[in-house]
Amino acid sequence: MDKTESKKEIPLEDPTVQEKQTEVSEEKDRTLRTPPKLNRSPLHGLWALTNRDLRKWYTNPVQLIVSLIQPIVWLALFGKALNFGSFISGSGASPAQQNAILQSFFGTTSYFSFLACGMLAFIVLFTSAFSGMSVVFDRRFGFLNKALSTPVARGSIVMGKILQSVGRSLVQAAIILVIAVLLGMDTTHFTVPGIAGTFVVVFLMGMGLSALFTMLALRSADWQTQMAIINLINLPLLFASNALFPTKIMPTWLQDVVKVNPVSYANDATRQLLIGATGMNNLLVDFAVLIGFAAILSAVGIVLSWKLLSK
Amino acid sequence: MSATQVGTPLSSAIVKVEKLSKTFGNLKAVDNVSFEIKEGEIFGLLGPNGAGKTTTINMLTTLLKPTSGDAKVCGFNILKQANEVRRNVGVVPQEYTADEDMTGKNNILLCADLYGIPRSDSKPHAEELLKLVELQDAANKKVSTYSGGMRRRLELACGLINYPRLLFLDEPTLGLDVQTRTAVWKYIKTLKEEYRMTLLMTTHYLEEADSLCDRIAIIDHGHIIKIGSPEELKESVGGDVIVVVIKELEPDISSDIAQIKLVKDVKKNNNTYRIKTELGEEASPQITDLIRSKGLHVTKVSLTKPTLDEAYLEFTGRNLREEEVDKLQMFRQRVTMRRARS
Repeated sequence: MDKTESKKEIPLEDPTVQEKQTEVSEEKDRTLRTPPKLNRSPLHGLWALTNRDLRKWYTNPVQLIVSLIQPIVWLALFGKALNFGSFISGSGASPAQQNAILQSFFGTTSYFSFLACGMLAFIVLFTSAFSGMSVVFDRRFGFLNKALSTPVARGSIVMGKILQSVGRSLVQAAIILVIAVLLGMDTTHFTVPGIAGTFVVVFLMGMGLSALFTMLALRSADWQTQMAIINLINLPLLFASNALFPTKIMPTWLQDVVKVNPVSYANDATRQLLIGATGMNNLLVDFAVLIGFAAILSAVGIVLSWKLLSK
Repeated sequence: MSATQVGTPLSSAIVKVEKLSKTFGNLKAVDNVSFEIKEGEIFGLLGPNGAGKTTTINMLTTLLKPTSGDAKVCGFNILKQANEVRRNVGVVPQEYTADEDMTGKNNILLCADLYGIPRSDSKPHAEELLKLVELQDAANKKVSTYSGGMRRRLELACGLINYPRLLFLDEPTLGLDVQTRTAVWKYIKTLKEEYRMTLLMTTHYLEEADSLCDRIAIIDHGHIIKIGSPEELKESVGGDVIVVVIKELEPDISSDIAQIKLVKDVKKNNNTYRIKTELGEEASPQITDLIRSKGLHVTKVSLTKPTLDEAYLEFTGRNLREEEVDKLQMFRQRVTMRRARS
């Protein structure tokens, strides 16, 4: 008690005592002043939360570069080394026959272009998978509690995580696309609406997938479990889709799985939009499925956030 | 520490807690707790680890839903008007919650955004708060470079950004060095005296509660055992305590000592007698005389004037606590302690 009393005296010994005192009285006036009018819209704080996570990423170029290396390696390994197209071109068939075979399997004559579209799904899938991780860390280190003690909408906390992940996916997809073109992706079918449509697909798939992974993390404070969940879900979603291989070469039971996997619809749409491939569905069907996937999972995520974020 | 009456009268209750309970599985973390906090006072929740302090705060700040019971904070119901409660109170949690990758100032601005405070107001206000907690020089440095004391002060500034009428402080000086602790105490007093704020703080540092709080509730095993001013609590222990150590283990002369007029209570533990008395200076020679007259030998006598520690131990018992606590909470506490020392 004595110590604190004497501490309080220190400002009085300060030569700038006059100034200090006026400051204090100003502060007094401030507290008596009515607080500012608050923005009570249910969306307030959403951008602040989204930007908080995005900033961590764009101010840390190492993260960005590392997250791009993996799909580039895949593009090079699968697209160039394990080139399914070369099985056919080495078969001794005439070029016309080769193209017909390629066309029937991949919907296009270039396996690399086929795979480049799959890589867009790949990068979205892996970026989204980690959207849940930041929820886990926010819970573990207390930021989540701080956010919950403010009047920000619980749904905004979840939507912030989803949107930041979608933002990353869009940027990374753009970079992948540029690299794929540099590595020899077929650009003859590129159109402005086609590219724009591709980014809409990336947006919708990113939204649905990151909503899925975020809601799985809502209650968790344990990052090991979260890692296990990511691995459990990610690889099946990738391999049980048409991202790397055409559906035609799969057994029938797997084809059925591919048909319910939303990642397949995204690939189907981007291949039609970018490389003019013959798709398995009408584009409208693809978009309808993706819109439904994104909307339903985001809605479920928001509803769960009301229930699960606070105990 | 006298309750300086500034601004609004102290009569109205800013927090009204009625029969609040929270159960986790089989554990009754908070059990049927009721209390009131008057506008303008510093109210302390004092208790050992796992007593239910943080759980109580978490319920009052709408982070946890009570199992039963109800409370009004700043006139708003914590269940039905949670967002109004959140707008009117500030929370400084036990752990360091600031984002490490952001600067101190951006952390405060982020908090302001979450409250929906327009930037036109939050920018100048953040500067003022940084000045209040003496962080203006480090405002644009990343929090990851901050020391434990700086982090704690930043948390305090974040908790004040929404002009709260009531501030919750959960273990505000946990793990801090003496200098920072003294500074935090100074801020707390400033908030009460100059900002006319009501504060609810938890602590297990008794001297902190003694020097800061107007009223203290001692809480243990989820129950409030006693509420009163530090002086009332000290008095309730019953005056001075004399501890006498006798060479011989037997016989037990407790009842003989209790016969002395000034003595109020005697407890024997092996060959140590804990004697509560009035006017300890007069009672102790009488006690030693009595012991000698029984043919026993006094090895040690000590006289203690009541402190809050005595009161606290009286109410919560001397047994060491080895309760299992929430894993996540313990993790956060360890992180907090580690960072406080950095």
